[in-house]
Amino acid sequence: MSAATTKADKPRRRRTFSGRDKVTLGFFVGVPTFLHLALVWFPAIATIYLSFTYWTGIHISDIQWAGTANYENIIFETPRFWEAVRVNVVWLFWFGLIATPLGILLAYQIDREIRGHKFYQSAYYLPVVLSMAVIGIIWNFLLRPDGFVNGLMGLEISEAISFFGDDRYNLWVILIMASWRHIGYIMLLYLAGLKAIDATLREAAAIDGATEWQTFRRIIFPAMQPVNIIVIVITIIESLRAFDMVYIIYGGRGGLPILGVLVFENIAGEGASMKGAAYAVILFLLSIVPILAYLQQQFKEDVR
Amino acid sequence: MTSLVKDQKTKNSQKIKDRFISAFIGIFAIVWLFPIAWTLFSSLRPYKDIRANGILSWPSELNFDNYIEAIERMELPRYFYNTAIITLPAVFLTLFFGSLMAFVVTRYSFKFNVAMLLLFTAGNMLPAQLVFIPVFKMYMAIGDLVGDRRILYDNPWGIVLIHVAFQMGFATFVLSSYMKTIPKEISESAQVDGASVFTHFFRVMLPLLRPPLASLAVLMTTWIYNDFFWALVLMSTDNKRPITSALGRLQGEFVTDYNLLAAGAMIAAIPTLLVFFVLRKQFVSGLTLGATKG
Repeated sequence: MSAATTKADKPRRRRTFSGRDKVTLGFFVGVPTFLHLALVWFPAIATIYLSFTYWTGIHISDIQWAGTANYENIIFETPRFWEAVRVNVVWLFWFGLIATPLGILLAYQIDREIRGHKFYQSAYYLPVVLSMAVIGIIWNFLLRPDGFVNGLMGLEISEAISFFGDDRYNLWVILIMASWRHIGYIMLLYLAGLKAIDATLREAAAIDGATEWQTFRRIIFPAMQPVNIIVIVITIIESLRAFDMVYIIYGGRGGLPILGVLVFENIAGEGASMKGAAYAVILFLLSIVPILAYLQQQFKEDVR
Repeated sequence: MTSLVKDQKTKNSQKIKDRFISAFIGIFAIVWLFPIAWTLFSSLRPYKDIRANGILSWPSELNFDNYIEAIERMELPRYFYNTAIITLPAVFLTLFFGSLMAFVVTRYSFKFNVAMLLLFTAGNMLPAQLVFIPVFKMYMAIGDLVGDRRILYDNPWGIVLIHVAFQMGFATFVLSSYMKTIPKEISESAQVDGASVFTHFFRVMLPLLRPPLASLAVLMTTWIYNDFFWALVLMSTDNKRPITSALGRLQGEFVTDYNLLAAGAMIAAIPTLLVFFVLRKQFVSGLTLGATKG
């Protein structure tokens, strides 16, 4: 669709609108737009504003300008914030360097239709449809003090490892749980992309004597550019979004600190500081780059 | 001739390698399924059997008692009902509004086409934490304004609206990319025939959107069904909560009877397992149509 045709179409279409059509169009655009702006963008901007204030949250007139006090408090006086940053960074590296590549590797092998690929695909896909609440319960079965893993190691309850309570283990255990879902998700996305790749490309590479790794590295991976970007974006966004699983395990207070949970902890009961809003804004700032990368990828044909 | 022999050799070694790869992935697949299998197994065992013989013992009996008890004691039917009255309207409205937006943005050129689409798509990706304080306050304020505090807060409709507002961005994006592939001539001939905008949308475009709508419906149902966050922060009455966020509370309440909890978790997973077994095609194609989240 070139710009010229749309321009030529415009006046003609404009003329055909009756009054009733204009009203219809107004409703068609107006109602969804109003809802979206009122419940997504307006609150988002309001949160950014509130993060610079003190507010008990009852009367609008009580809002007091705080400048950057909430942020200063978070950055200089809240060690838990830096712990959360560390956890989110570890999470990101784990997803980026281990879980996501594993998902891609799986997709690649399953796409080659190795023996049993149909079963494998189903097995890795199953956790993707489950809710975090169910995942939390399922893993708790394996990891609780009188659960399967401790039982397998022959540990009595008194000497059992507390996988979620012990700082030496909890992050890694939660990362494994999160990967359980993430790997299947990435596999599905990548698999769909691979299906769209011309099979002759791969055959040609095989005839030329390329090894599997060379084929993947030089032919498949570059051809998957759009999917690669989306996979990277999802990996970052999911690492920042991690909330449900940690909340399910620890009940929203204490436990493993991650940014998503800190927002939550600071909403209820932290008095008038609006630190929760400041945490939310920090989370938002960190997500801007992947969001823009995603938009750029999806809209590069529209915006020239 | 020599190259042929060499080809055969590399082919054979590739075959052996493939066996290894397949076995490796296979072992991992079993490890992958194990947590679910173990929960299923536990849910079929009476708790007293485990207490008497230990968790790794061979079961003396397997039955559905835990399931029957879970349905009764955890009041699961009520939570399923709560989920249904949130999920069904939310999915319906999301798809309806999404297709309206996509329709106007792709079929009628006006200045802000792309800007609109960008706004909606970006809005869909904002972290929920960024919006929820003001949304909460707004729901309260609207409640005070109309004299009924529970008109949006602690009300299924409040949760429906926030889901619709967020997910609409994704639906609009997916549906508009689909609509771009539908020939413009179809729209033009409808307009030449004097169809109103209303007829054009409901009679001409909407029927053509069936495939992506089906995929999106499955995907949205799974997401909204699995949602945890909004039901947690915008609902205060426990027995109004949908099943996934109710599970969190039940986990605390039935903490001593793990096998009952296992049965509850398995029951709560049934609708999503249905998606897994029956509607997989729609789920996967919905996911890959736009793919922003899970």
